[in-house]
Amino acid sequence: MTWMTWRQFRAQAIVAGALIAVIAVVLLVSGLKLASAANAAGLSGCHAGCAADASNFIDSLRGGIYQMLFYGGIGILYLAPALIGLFWGAPLIARELEAGTYRLSWSQSVTRTRWTVAKLGIVGLAAVVTAGLISLMVSWWASPIDDALSLGGTNGPVGNRLSPLVFAARGVAPLGYAAFAFALGVTLGVVFRRTLPAMALTLAVFAAVQVLVPTFVRPHLIQPDQVTRPLNPAAIDTLEISGPDAQMTVLASANVPGGWLLSNQTITPAGHVFTGPATQACIGPNSTACTNWIGSQHLRQQVTYQPASRFWPLQWAETGIYLALAAGLGLICGWRVRRRA
Amino acid sequence: MTTAVEARGLGRQYGGRWALTDCSLTIPAGHVCGLVGPNGAGKTTLLNLATGMLAPTTGTISVLGGVPASGPEQLARVGYVAQDTPTYAGLSVADHLRFGAHMNPHWDAGLARKRIEQLKLDPKQKAGKLSGGQRAQLALTLALAKRPELLILDEPIASLDPLARREFLQTLMAATAEQELSVLMSSHLVADLERVTDYLVVLVGSRVQVAGEVDDLLASHHLLTGPVRDASALPAGVEVITESKTGRQSTYLVRSTAPISDPSWVADSIDLEDLVLAYMGGATAVRPTLASAR
Repeated sequence: MTWMTWRQFRAQAIVAGALIAVIAVVLLVSGLKLASAANAAGLSGCHAGCAADASNFIDSLRGGIYQMLFYGGIGILYLAPALIGLFWGAPLIARELEAGTYRLSWSQSVTRTRWTVAKLGIVGLAAVVTAGLISLMVSWWASPIDDALSLGGTNGPVGNRLSPLVFAARGVAPLGYAAFAFALGVTLGVVFRRTLPAMALTLAVFAAVQVLVPTFVRPHLIQPDQVTRPLNPAAIDTLEISGPDAQMTVLASANVPGGWLLSNQTITPAGHVFTGPATQACIGPNSTACTNWIGSQHLRQQVTYQPASRFWPLQWAETGIYLALAAGLGLICGWRVRRRA
Repeated sequence: MTTAVEARGLGRQYGGRWALTDCSLTIPAGHVCGLVGPNGAGKTTLLNLATGMLAPTTGTISVLGGVPASGPEQLARVGYVAQDTPTYAGLSVADHLRFGAHMNPHWDAGLARKRIEQLKLDPKQKAGKLSGGQRAQLALTLALAKRPELLILDEPIASLDPLARREFLQTLMAATAEQELSVLMSSHLVADLERVTDYLVVLVGSRVQVAGEVDDLLASHHLLTGPVRDASALPAGVEVITESKTGRQSTYLVRSTAPISDPSWVADSIDLEDLVLAYMGGATAVRPTLASAR
């Protein structure tokens, strides 16, 4: 069973191996240069004034090749699980059902359950290992940038590793995505018994999940921290006045170094979100008068966020969820194969 | 001998449609059994149930005394050449043999290699590049080399040209003689079946119309021709299978264990094709001459 699974998977494995090798060379060559650039910026073993050095380093990436590679690495890690689901998952059993060869393999002296477990296990493991390798390479490549951001460098041209976009391309999460996308592809292939529809649906469902989870699930995996403090009128970075009744939005800056800002609100002493109305002082040209007026309103700033230290707990929690989903799909798949035809 | 296949009240539903309903039959082991019937009679469904590709919706089926595909041992006892003789198009002939060796504990590598040599197949050739006849032979080789006790074949020769058909059946016959295995083969090519089967099951609309050893069946069926009379005038103890009347004479295909001695009837023996067609569809098809006389 192992031999047959490997024999059928060989071509795909070779393609994946070649792609990983190319990615590895590009990342290794550029990653070494990036690391020495970070060294030159005084970031390794930094003890004092690190935030400023880090900010300078991050700013120096703007518009350059490293910014491009930073997002390229993220792109690869978004693409890899989807491609695994599409090209390894969906055809795995659907192709046998489509070509009728399942009648050949299921009439050998190996039970259908063992056959399914071997296929899911071997190719699924390859999927997880592939995603793990790429994540390891990309995480290593980006570590000077990730470190600089957690030292207090402002986000500037690149996001920190807790920001929704980057989070999915770091650490162990891609392993969970790969397992899930693979199991999703196999199961849809078994349900629809046709490779192409299964591929299309795998892509659609996986993309939807990858949008829904960071939006609705990830922020609540761990109860976010909330800080309420007096609004500092000197730190206001958003001030908008609109409408005939002078609706007013005031927001002070909320820097969460290396963390994930979920919400930043200005609330009144009564606990409501502050909406104005704006006083005449803020409509006029004198900004000091406006700032003084805002200062007299006893407003408070309420910040909800996941701190930088939550990176790994959130990673493990999300990976666990995806692995559980993958396991559930695997069970459905095994059950369908046992019953089908 | 034991029983090769035994079905009781067997039924299988696909979605809302019944492909097989309330089918009961017994096929003893030790025979080359032909399963014939019109399209839609449920032959493929029955064979898929016998190999465990499908699970029954109603009723039971046992094969060599066990539940089909219930475990590795049961799977090892039954070889299956499915309809259209599926093989892996991207895998070479040698890969298929390796596949068989890895998937079957009783794999007979020597037999497989010898057969591939006899067939003059190039081991490096991809199965997708083989002709239909060669592919069928490869599928048969895989099924034979796992050393089954029962070999089940579903329309294995339907899509082959006459020469390939003949070669396939010759290989099958040689193998059954060497390996002492029971065979259950469906086909609508009755003329081809006649050469190889010694047991026959006619299935129409999920029902077994007739089943038995071919020699017994042929000896007990007669074609009676005589002046126009109704069936009550037939000798006692005969069972009418089909009848047809023309202006001057009546023709009955009857089943009778006793020889026909009534001198007012001309009794002819029939061949397997007549027998099958009579049970499948009625008098029109019994003899081309009769069909034209109507």
